[in-house]
Amino acid sequence: MTATAEIVIIIFLLLGVFLTLAAAFGVIRLPDVYTRNHAASKSATLGVMLILLACFLYFYLIEGHFSSRVLLGIAFIFITAPVGGHLISRAAYNSGVKLWEKSVRDDLKNKK
Amino acid sequence: MLETVMQLSLVLVTIAMIGFVYRLIKGPSIPDRIVALDAIGITLVAMIAILSMLLRTNAFLDVILLLGILSFIGTTAFSKFLEKGEIIENDRNR
Repeated sequence: MTATAEIVIIIFLLLGVFLTLAAAFGVIRLPDVYTRNHAASKSATLGVMLILLACFLYFYLIEGHFSSRVLLGIAFIFITAPVGGHLISRAAYNSGVKLWEKSVRDDLKNKK
Repeated sequence: MLETVMQLSLVLVTIAMIGFVYRLIKGPSIPDRIVALDAIGITLVAMIAILSMLLRTNAFLDVILLLGILSFIGTTAFSKFLEKGEIIENDRNR
């Protein structure tokens, strides 16, 4: 029972760490603010949610302690991280940060 | 086995955070730096989760929720400042 639980926890941890590293590579290598925000707000969020799920499973299955605060943290990060990404992206567009010079489509250009 | 994987993932999360710090220092515009700060805050949550598993204590689980809330409030305040020039407006009829 404990061995199976350990394998599940290891899988969730490694998936979460991989997604966090992918977010870091995206933030370093992508060309402008919007694509970098795309990488950071999606994959960092999912990676952290998987790591928190591993933490919850560790405390529930191995230590025998049901921690509702970690579940609440997962729900909170799932709700607020996309909202934060949207707010940063909108503030960047409205304060006049240019898109990448090779982007072909700007739907918001004629709105104002 | 499990403890080795936890230590390895702590190191890898630290490497990811160093990548975000690179963007925070070098980022050409202000929103780049805000994106990096938001990602650093959320990675810190993951780091605290792994650390509390390594230390086998459930005393740090409040910190996870608290850091999530503080990071969201900081991001919201920064982007509102960028968009309108002030965070809490006096004149509410605009």
